[in-house]
Amino acid sequence: MVQIKRIQEDGADVIVPIGEIDASSSIELDLTIAKSVGEGYTRILVDCTSLEYISSAGLGVFMSYIEEFGDKNIKMVLYGMNERVLNTFEILGLSELLSIAVDKDEAKKRLA
Amino acid sequence: MKYIYKVGCSIENLRGIRDFVKQSLKNHEVNELSISEVVLALDEMCSNLMIHAHKCNPDDLFELHIIADRDQPLVMEIIDDGTVFDINQFHEPELGNIIHEKRKGGLGIRLVKSIMDKIEYEKTDGKHICRLSKKVQFD
Repeated sequence: MVQIKRIQEDGADVIVPIGEIDASSSIELDLTIAKSVGEGYTRILVDCTSLEYISSAGLGVFMSYIEEFGDKNIKMVLYGMNERVLNTFEILGLSELLSIAVDKDEAKKRLA
Repeated sequence: MKYIYKVGCSIENLRGIRDFVKQSLKNHEVNELSISEVVLALDEMCSNLMIHAHKCNPDDLFELHIIADRDQPLVMEIIDDGTVFDINQFHEPELGNIIHEKRKGGLGIRLVKSIMDKIEYEKTDGKHICRLSKKVQFD
């Protein structure tokens, strides 16, 4: 079960998933990112500080945007992951393919 | 010690499965990062089974068994009398293809194979058993 908030800050869209993203809830993440892109945001932050868990369904959502973001010059940075969530990204080597920052300051610098 | 959980094939039940696995392993002082990896692998196995073999029919039931003993590899069994979903027969796609084809599947199997030491299938008395095992750290 996940709840997803969006906050606009300094022209960037901050997506805040709260709870757990699995096969039953990954669609929420997908819809939220699609909405952000649809509204024309080109700088997207994903605040993972309240993300308790993510399975491959959620990882797949992030992966599915990599090419589109490259084509449209959209930057997305994820930050604030706990050790377990970060480990899930690292097992698959996704930390090489996605931009993952330790905290919000570093994430904002990467967007600049 | 053996723990048993019986569950219907609705993906809404994945959270209950994760809680069951977490609680069972916590009783045995399994290291926290190992617990989170085993929880993830079983979530992936069960969601594959629910979605691909049972088309998310909540009336189809399967059992999850966890055998945990201190300083022994953990053994997890998924026991199903329906169709088998054998991930050893499934060739996981390359990450590059997943990105290019915008596939949202295929990553789960990669995760399970990375996390588990062994994945075996057997058929006994008309039941399909998928047995996963992993050596873990105990605190």
